[in-house]
Amino acid sequence: MRSNQVAVVGAAETTELGVIPNASQLQLHADAALNAIADAGLKLSDIDGFATAVETPQQVCHYLGIKPTWVDGTSVGGCSFMLHVRHAAAAIEAGLCKTVLITHAESGKSMIGKAPRSIPADSLQGQFEAPYGVYGPPSMFPIPVLRFMKTYGITHEQLASVAVVQREWAAKNPRAMMKDPITVADVLNSRMIAYPFRLLQCCLVTDGGGALILTSADRAKDFPRKPVYIMGTGESAETPMVSQMETFNSSRAFKTAGPLAFREAGIAHEDVDHLMIYDAFAHLPLFGLGDLGFMPHEETGKFIADGNTRPGGKLPLNTNGGGLSYMHSGMYGMYALQESVRQMRGIAPAQVANAKISVCHGVGGMFAASGTIVFTNER
Amino acid sequence: MAEPQRARPKPTPETQHFWDGTKAGELRLQRCDACAHIYFPPRPFCPSCASRKVSIFKASGKGFLYSYVINHRPAAPGFTPPYAIAVVELDEGPRMMSNIIDCPQTPEALELDMKLEVTFQALDDKITLPVFRPAKE
Repeated sequence: MRSNQVAVVGAAETTELGVIPNASQLQLHADAALNAIADAGLKLSDIDGFATAVETPQQVCHYLGIKPTWVDGTSVGGCSFMLHVRHAAAAIEAGLCKTVLITHAESGKSMIGKAPRSIPADSLQGQFEAPYGVYGPPSMFPIPVLRFMKTYGITHEQLASVAVVQREWAAKNPRAMMKDPITVADVLNSRMIAYPFRLLQCCLVTDGGGALILTSADRAKDFPRKPVYIMGTGESAETPMVSQMETFNSSRAFKTAGPLAFREAGIAHEDVDHLMIYDAFAHLPLFGLGDLGFMPHEETGKFIADGNTRPGGKLPLNTNGGGLSYMHSGMYGMYALQESVRQMRGIAPAQVANAKISVCHGVGGMFAASGTIVFTNER
Repeated sequence: MAEPQRARPKPTPETQHFWDGTKAGELRLQRCDACAHIYFPPRPFCPSCASRKVSIFKASGKGFLYSYVINHRPAAPGFTPPYAIAVVELDEGPRMMSNIIDCPQTPEALELDMKLEVTFQALDDKITLPVFRPAKE
C-alpha cells in the first residue's frame, strides 16, 4: 500500500471513560461514533464504510442508521482496530468507499449488554487449555513471562518499572483512571494475581469506547482537524492458544506486523518520535520493543527501567498511561490509536514536542494477533 | 448444590484418538509420514507440509518445564489457588499446557527446565487428563 494516501479526519473517545453504569455496550459504540462524527464535522449519512469488532457491523450500523457499501467485521481481539485502519486505508485507495467509520466500545466493567466470554468445551482451547485452570487473561497472558525473563536476563524490578513509568504519564492525563505515583516497591508489594505478575502489572478493567473516521488524503485537507496520515501498516495472526506460540522469547505476530509497517512507511527506528505498545500486561512493551526491532530483547527491561520511555525520555512510550493506568475496557487497541492521533494533532494531554511520526502497535488475544500502524502529520 | 467443576474437554472426531490414549495411559502425538514433522494439538493433516498422510504414535511422556504462572486470582472452577498453569516442552518437540503435580506450587520448587514426566488424572469415566510431575531419574 502507498504511504500517506489516507488520513484520519475524525477521532474521539466516549464522553465518559471508566465506570459507565448508565449505558449499554451498543450505546457506547454510538456515543463514540457521534463524538467522532462531530469531531470531523460530518453527518452520519456521509459514512459509507464501517468496521467494528466483537459487536457485529450490522448491529452497530443499524443502531446508528448507517448504510455502508463497505463492511469489515475483523475481530481478532484488542488490535482489531489496527487491522480495521489498515483494511480501511486499502478500501479507500481501491475506491470501495470514501469515508470509513471504525468503532470500538466495551462495557468491560459494568457488563451492560455485553456477552460474557466463554470457551466451548469442544474447541481446541476448551480441550487443551481450559482444563488446566486458565481463567481469563491474567492467568494466560503472563504464561510466557518466566521463559522470556530467563532467556534475556530480565528482572522482576525491570518488569515492575513498566507500571511505574506509565503511571508517570498517566499523572499528566486528566482522563486517566489511575494517577497517583507508584514505586517499583509498590508494584512488587501489590496483591499477587498470577506469579510473576502482581495487581499493578495487570491492566485496568473499565468501560468506554472510541471511534475513528478515515478518508482519502486529498479530501482530508478540507476537514476541520489537522489530518493524520496513514504512513505504514502491518498485521498478522499466530494462534489463539498461548501454549502453542512458536516461542515465548518473542511474538511471531509482532515480528511480522511491526516490520511490515516500518517497511511500508519507509522509516527507520530513529525516525520514531512517539510510540504506543498495547500494554494489557507489563511484559508487552518489552516484547514490543524487541520484536519491532528497536533493540535486542536483552536490553528492553533495562531501557525502560533506566527511564528512556518516561516523560522527557528519548523514546516516549504509552503516553496516555496505557492499559495499566489510563483505561482498559478489554480491547484497548482503539485507545492506543486515539493517543497516537492526539499526539500527531498536537493536542495530547502529555504532548511530545514536535512529534512527527507515531508508531502504534497492538496485540489481540494472548499474542494471538497483531496490528501496527505508523502515523505521520506531514505529507 | 454441587461444587463447581473443573472445565471438561469435549472430544471432536479429530481429537478422539488423543482422549482414547490418555484413558489408556498413553500420551499420543502425531507424525507426518511425508516430512516427519511431529505436532500437537491433533488434526488429520500436517500443519507443516499439508500432507494428509499422518500417523498417531505413543510419545515418551518426557519433557521439561518451559514456562508457567502460579495463579492466585481469579481461580478457575474446581481449582484451589495458588496453582501452577504450566507449559511443558515434550522431548518429541511439541509443547502442551498442563499442571505439575507432586511438587509444591512455588517459584522455588518449580524451576524452569526441570525434567518432567507425564501421568494421568481421570476426571470421570470419559475423560482422563495428562498432567506432569517431576521426573524420577
